[in-house]
Amino acid sequence: MNALTTMMLLPILGTLLLAVIPSDQVLRIKQAALATTLLVAVSGVLAWFNFDSANTSFQFVQSVKWIPSFGINYAVGVDGLSLVLILMSVLLAPIVVLAGWNESEGGRWSAKVFYMLILVLETMMIGVFAATDVFLFYVIFEAMLIPIYFLIGGYGSGDRAGAAVKFLLYGLFGGLLMLAAVIGLFVLSGAHGGPTFDITKLSELHNYMSPTTQNLLFLGFFIAFAIKAPLWPLHTWLPDAASAASPGTSVLLLGVLDKVGTFGMIRFCLTLFPDASKTFTPLIITLAVISIIYGAFLAIGATDIKRLIAYTSISHFGFITMGIFAMTTQGHSGATLYMFNHGFSTAALFIVAGWMTARRGSSTIADFGGLQRVTPVMAWSFFIAGMSSLALPGLSSFVSEFLVLVGTFTRYPVAAIIATFGIVLAALYILIPVQKALHGPTTPGNENLPDLNLREKIVIAPVMAIIIALGFYPSPLLNVINPASAHVLEVQGFTDPTPTEGAGK
Amino acid sequence: MEFIAPSLNYAQLAPILIVLAGALAGVLIEAFAPRASRYSSQLFVSLFSLVASFAALVQVRTQTSVDAAMGSVAFDGVGVLLQGSILIIAVLSIFLIADQESFTALAASVPGSEEERDAVQSDLRVTEVFPLTLFAVAGMLLFPVATDLITLFVALEVLSLPLYLMAGLSRRRRLASQEAALKYFLLGAFSSAFFLLGIAYLFGYSGSITLAGIQASVIGGAGNDVFLLLGIAFISIGLLFKVGAVPFHAWSPDVYQGAPTAITGFMAAATKVAAFGAILRIFYVAIANAEWQWKPAMVVIAIITMVFGSVVAIAQRDVKRMLAYSSIAHAGFLLAGVIALSKTGLEASIFYLFAYGVATVGAFGIVTLVRDASGEVGDLNRWSGLGKRSPLLASAFAFFLLAFAGIPLTSGFIGKFSIFSAAYESGSTSILIAGVLSSAIAAFFYIRVIVLMFFKDPIEDGTSVVIPSALTTMTITVSSVLTLILGIYPAPLIDFIATTATFIR
Repeated sequence: MNALTTMMLLPILGTLLLAVIPSDQVLRIKQAALATTLLVAVSGVLAWFNFDSANTSFQFVQSVKWIPSFGINYAVGVDGLSLVLILMSVLLAPIVVLAGWNESEGGRWSAKVFYMLILVLETMMIGVFAATDVFLFYVIFEAMLIPIYFLIGGYGSGDRAGAAVKFLLYGLFGGLLMLAAVIGLFVLSGAHGGPTFDITKLSELHNYMSPTTQNLLFLGFFIAFAIKAPLWPLHTWLPDAASAASPGTSVLLLGVLDKVGTFGMIRFCLTLFPDASKTFTPLIITLAVISIIYGAFLAIGATDIKRLIAYTSISHFGFITMGIFAMTTQGHSGATLYMFNHGFSTAALFIVAGWMTARRGSSTIADFGGLQRVTPVMAWSFFIAGMSSLALPGLSSFVSEFLVLVGTFTRYPVAAIIATFGIVLAALYILIPVQKALHGPTTPGNENLPDLNLREKIVIAPVMAIIIALGFYPSPLLNVINPASAHVLEVQGFTDPTPTEGAGK
Repeated sequence: MEFIAPSLNYAQLAPILIVLAGALAGVLIEAFAPRASRYSSQLFVSLFSLVASFAALVQVRTQTSVDAAMGSVAFDGVGVLLQGSILIIAVLSIFLIADQESFTALAASVPGSEEERDAVQSDLRVTEVFPLTLFAVAGMLLFPVATDLITLFVALEVLSLPLYLMAGLSRRRRLASQEAALKYFLLGAFSSAFFLLGIAYLFGYSGSITLAGIQASVIGGAGNDVFLLLGIAFISIGLLFKVGAVPFHAWSPDVYQGAPTAITGFMAAATKVAAFGAILRIFYVAIANAEWQWKPAMVVIAIITMVFGSVVAIAQRDVKRMLAYSSIAHAGFLLAGVIALSKTGLEASIFYLFAYGVATVGAFGIVTLVRDASGEVGDLNRWSGLGKRSPLLASAFAFFLLAFAGIPLTSGFIGKFSIFSAAYESGSTSILIAGVLSSAIAAFFYIRVIVLMFFKDPIEDGTSVVIPSALTTMTITVSSVLTLILGIYPAPLIDFIATTATFIR
């Protein structure tokens, strides 16, 4: 059976398994959910080893007719880009389940519903990256909103219902714009060789489009993705959603779901509408740079630790978008690697912040203080996660941020230079909370906070290991990403600028 | 003068005739059967005749004939599909109507009178609603297959008159119900007059009352164009009134709210299928070649209808009124299929009609179950926390709302996708954009209801969900399962429609 389809089916089977376990056997439910996600992670790692990185076409391909009269297929397949993101998703899922072992308890509904939603979401996370049929992608892209909506609204804190609605409305609005563009593509494909949604066939279609059509369709897709991957000024839903959601949900939301936006920019915007992509590049690079700086400033001013992480993500997504639209192989490889690394560093930050919040009963940064002395392991975990977020050399994010900046500089030096200030600001927005929360005298009330227990240590250890290991040795990932990035650019005729020689001959 | 006996094709007319015979049998039961046995025998007769009619339809489904009744009734694929949809919706509605809780005990009694109290105490039932339903169904079956304007008018009256009565049968708030019935009747009579006027003009234009004759005149182009325009305009007013398109929608919120909910569901679903069936036949057959005369106006009406329905629905505080405005918006989407004026538009419209009709009956079925001591609770604020009281039912209602909103994996999405792509294919970009935007607006109020049901706590005011009867359960189950199946695997139905849906001229 197809590796991708199997990976998508496993969580569905897990959901069915959960459905038959009585709701009062909470431990059994959690164990079943963890076992399912671990199984999926193992099959994801297996797929990784079976993947031939030298081959740039889609692999593990499966295509079954779904709605033949519209030319719609259930078609899946991965290239290096989507494989990396799938791997990230399936590795994060068991971490999220284990890290949020008690998260489901403050919820509106039972733990059973929580884990069923997580598992359904996992199927969709794999499917959205694996889809090679635009219709299938769109269906999952939209349907994904629903489980997340219930996860935020049902198991979050604070104004969770409001945040969930805001998230859903933004998502639906973007999705409907994209629907219009999908319909446009469908009708155009019908006029030029029969209706199809196959991404490879559709990538030829731009030759038949007038510039106006191409620009409009591009915008339909791009706005949807820019809402997802929040790009300034479409980012306002993210801080609310991330601070209201439970830490585990936030990890999936920022770590995985938002990546669908940046992934979509590469897979759909660039591949389907190369000319429009070029047209809009200056605008998008500008927005990306604004996101980098603006997100960083918001983060510096944040008083709530969850909002802080959300703002840093806006800045990070600015980097990723900039790398993508720089249209250089280095920029692209950097952006893809950035997506992977951001998944793990944000996961670490959110998970540790979630533990801190749960222990302290508050998410205000000022309420912490001196945690280094009381809970050293937790404090170190947060510190390392923070350092990864500010891209300290030796940690994973440094490699990707460096690649993005180098890749951008060769084509848009000004943007790259301004974005570099984002790194300076990152040092501020991470070091200030680190100093406030971890160092200094212990704030009264924090003296007796317990340090991480065994379960929590087991959760955070692999995340830290990945962050550090990829910092020193990113080539396993880059070996898969580089050919894929080069291929994406090459197919639509984007070329790297020739290196200029120094003036002093 | 010699009398020529009309030659009728009884096999092809059987579906209509069987329902009419059932209705007449129902009248006889009302007249002669003892009161105690009426309810069960009426229910039996109704279901039996609907099922028998469906079976008769299946028998003759492959036949086509322009001459089923002396050139007044055509029998073709579109007719079979629409009649089949109407019958399925009618059976589902009869299940709801069978729950007599929402009907008055004695329709003829003055509200608040001694007579009414006696009737309630002796537990009388308005079993006459069954034959009335059957008469309406018979009219609906005839409406989309009538090929001359006189038959069309007769069918219109046969389907409308019982509905006027049925709208006034509510058990609670009888004055509002009777007001709704009167309003419906007066405005309906008014629109019938317009319809007749349109017939007269079209006859004056073409010298023929058959659709084929009018088509021939339009192609020939010899007639007086002023008559043609006036004819099209007045006939359209009559038909647009029935489907509740803006600006002929004023009756629908009041009637939807005042009528017994089971009747509202039947009316909303089945009348739409029948009326759009007739619209499709008239616009696709008789005046297709005059598209430049009517298309611009219809585009404007469609856009206004979509936007108006969606915007005004936001302000509604009553669930039935909200569904009424939502149905207005859906009428706008369906008009997009009429405007497309293509084979794909026709297929998309039929699919949409069936999917929407089924979901509508199911949704109204759920509305009948939310009650307090004095009957159904329409006030949306009192629906809050329904997800806690009755998770299954609230989930089903949420699912129907998502289908109305057109979220993927529901039938509503497939319907919306196919109808918008048909409209865009035919060149109506404005329809596509307006449709997508009003969908985004509409999503807002559907989601608000979901928020109310799931994210708000129940208020203790005696609102509760009654245990549904077996028949109501069946309707809700069948509707939700169909909505899901048509969302996940619509290919069989789409293919069936594609191979069947042709007009015979």
